[in-house]
Amino acid sequence: MTDALLQMNGIVKDFPGVRALGGVDLDVRAGEVHCLLGQNGAGKSTLIKVLSGFHQPDDGTLVWDGAEASFSTPAKAIEHGVTTIYQELDLVPDLDVTENVFLGHEVSRGGFSQRGRAREMVRALLKRLGHEEISPTRIVGDLSPANQQIVSMARALSHDTRLLVLDEPSAVLDQQEVDNLFRVIRGLTAEGVAVIYISHRLEEIRQIGDRITVLKDGRTVGTGLAVADTPTVDLIKLMTGRSIEYVFPPRPETAREHDEPVLEVRDLGLAGVFTGVDLTVHAGEIVGLAGLVGAGRSEIIETVYGGRRATSGTVTVDGKRLRRGSVTSAVHAGVGLAPEERKSQGLLLDEAVYRNITMSSMARFSRFGFLDRAEERRRAAELTASLDVRPDGVTRAVRTLSGGNQQKVVLARWLLRDCRVLLLDEPTRGVDVGARSEIYQLVRSLADRGVAVVVVSSEIDEVLGLADRVLVVREGEVVHESAATDLDEARVLDLVMEGKVPA
Amino acid sequence: MSQDSVRVERAALETTREPNKGLALLRTSMGRNLGLVIALLLLCLVGVITAGDRFASTANTLTILKLAATIGVVSIGMTFVIIGGGIDLSVGAIVALSSVWCTTVATQTMANDTHWLVMVFVALAVGAGCGLVNGLLISYGRIVPFIMTLAMLASARGLAQIISDRKTQIVDVEGFADFFNREIVGIPMQVWIFVLVSVVGWILLNRTTFGRRTVAVGGNTEAARLAGIPVKRQTVYLYVLVGVCCGIAALMLVARTTTGSATHGNLYELDAIAAVVIGGTLLSGGRGTIVGTVLGVLIFTTLNNVFILNNRSISEQELLKGVIIVAAVLLQQRLASRNSNA
Repeated sequence: MTDALLQMNGIVKDFPGVRALGGVDLDVRAGEVHCLLGQNGAGKSTLIKVLSGFHQPDDGTLVWDGAEASFSTPAKAIEHGVTTIYQELDLVPDLDVTENVFLGHEVSRGGFSQRGRAREMVRALLKRLGHEEISPTRIVGDLSPANQQIVSMARALSHDTRLLVLDEPSAVLDQQEVDNLFRVIRGLTAEGVAVIYISHRLEEIRQIGDRITVLKDGRTVGTGLAVADTPTVDLIKLMTGRSIEYVFPPRPETAREHDEPVLEVRDLGLAGVFTGVDLTVHAGEIVGLAGLVGAGRSEIIETVYGGRRATSGTVTVDGKRLRRGSVTSAVHAGVGLAPEERKSQGLLLDEAVYRNITMSSMARFSRFGFLDRAEERRRAAELTASLDVRPDGVTRAVRTLSGGNQQKVVLARWLLRDCRVLLLDEPTRGVDVGARSEIYQLVRSLADRGVAVVVVSSEIDEVLGLADRVLVVREGEVVHESAATDLDEARVLDLVMEGKVPA
Repeated sequence: MSQDSVRVERAALETTREPNKGLALLRTSMGRNLGLVIALLLLCLVGVITAGDRFASTANTLTILKLAATIGVVSIGMTFVIIGGGIDLSVGAIVALSSVWCTTVATQTMANDTHWLVMVFVALAVGAGCGLVNGLLISYGRIVPFIMTLAMLASARGLAQIISDRKTQIVDVEGFADFFNREIVGIPMQVWIFVLVSVVGWILLNRTTFGRRTVAVGGNTEAARLAGIPVKRQTVYLYVLVGVCCGIAALMLVARTTTGSATHGNLYELDAIAAVVIGGTLLSGGRGTIVGTVLGVLIFTTLNNVFILNNRSISEQELLKGVIIVAAVLLQQRLASRNSNA
């Protein structure tokens, strides 16, 4: 592969407590559309931030146009011809098109901006992108999202771009606009520009992509796959499947259907996201929600928890109806949530382990509002010992723990509350291989103690292995429900994808 | 590689590590407070050298402490709001409004008819009321704290001017000024109040559910919410708390000057925020100490005193204050970024 424009080999990037990239390989040729696939948290964003100079890799090499290079700043990356268009468009809404395109490298002579010349250049760029109808003097905030994206691309092209990175460009576009975007991309590749295209939508990749690299858990699990002869099912398996077999704890012999239902969700809906969700979980039962990213799985359990305010339907726990949009009401009724984004939604990273654990049960340790800290530490130490949180020491900051151990801290919080219902959103994301089995064991033992558990996961075999019953969610609707043992991975894949990709 | 070169390398490593150890100590709150104590001692040394006995007298020390007391009480309240992820720009205006409201003819008449505690009650209620308005509109009206308290800054002082008709209201209530201006074991009552508020503040922050919730809300609002902590209610409490502190400060100011006035508490918001920031509380919330704030207040008040004793202008003092704030924040950011890289 001598004609590679960009070659990244064994890229490693560590953040405190977590390895975001654990050896990623990527090669991109001039004039191709290279698709980057992976679940949320697989490391796509980190990788493009390394590529565009925002992050410095801790290990690995980057070869640009045949010579080893390092992009120490975003400006350096742009200088080499790498420009990135991020998901959240980074335009200044109150400036006009021309000012946005040349933001940071204004056209000027002797300190005076040459507005006329700049406008002419922008007009030429927009023509190259096939959008002559956008006026260079329009205020960007007044443009449609699709046209704003065109302005971003014009800005990218105003630099001497040789590699254009598009991070989920189609997320804000309708079908016609996507077609137009693809026309623009084809025009660019015909001129020899390489494009890295990130998207969750597999059918788009079929249309526009030349080759594919798949990331999972910060590693490359497939690279340089030709789009034309890689079946969709294989791609999904690469994205969601595991390379290692995990041992899931055995399910209890007795059926739980006869026990009292603990959590009952009726006709729950959140406008524009999901509708008509019914869900019953009995004591001691684990129910899994399977589905693609964006299907509404996380939103469903966040709404059950009250983190989002439902627009229809009811949630009852032990026969008691919860107040809509009230987390406090859910917590008081005995519901706990281990959120998807552990660091930003679940933990106080700079605070001690024990404080994170007792956060939801402070009333238990307080008398007239005064906290019994010795008792807090003692109880927290018991829990961390029984969950084998390493390194031990309940006064260390949570930040210093690995992903798996941080997850155990979140679980310990709800163990301490003796919760009735536990909602787990991607419980093993960012958790290393060794700690996964421990978390599975832990979840099962909680169920055995009579907790009703709901697990959301992008990893189909995790849902199938852990849950007793599985609900498949597609585009905001529950499309299937059955015992986990009646399903296999292929069947779930079918259900998840049905109607989206021809078989 | 020869053994010698290994030894040389190791020695080099150790010397480069040394300053980091100091920084590591500064990162802990105890270490930071130690740094503040050292700064305060250095300042005192400058005072002794430049002003001699005029600085190092009991009378002067008590003067410093008395001046520190009023702004100190406000700063304790401010510490809670900032740790909780907010800011209160209206403290000075609330002090003014409380001082005016508790010295109106009506209030004083009622106080004379019954007891001077009526004035205390009015001042605290006005402070709490303003804080409640701030807190409710920030929590449930979703107004950014900066804007909400900026609006309160304007309105509260405006209301104070309307009530007082821009006149200074003289206190003529028996027992009121006597109580706040008397001494207990040689130390002025005002200083005792500051000590009491600080101790209560420390206990509240470090030993109670209230304090733990404050840290959680300021440290990671979303995590606190999803852990079931009533974030909005807690936020309201924090602004009421700082309002009550303003009421206490207003009483102290009224007693010291024996007047209530719409000009009282001018720029208190700046002094309080400065003291809190110098004290090591993160403006982004989630971390801070009461001891740090107390030291911050003492540093600024002592600085003020040293300047006055040396007949230097207020302007020079303000200039230096600004420099100190910037230096402290720069240091804080350096430590914070090192922390997250570690």
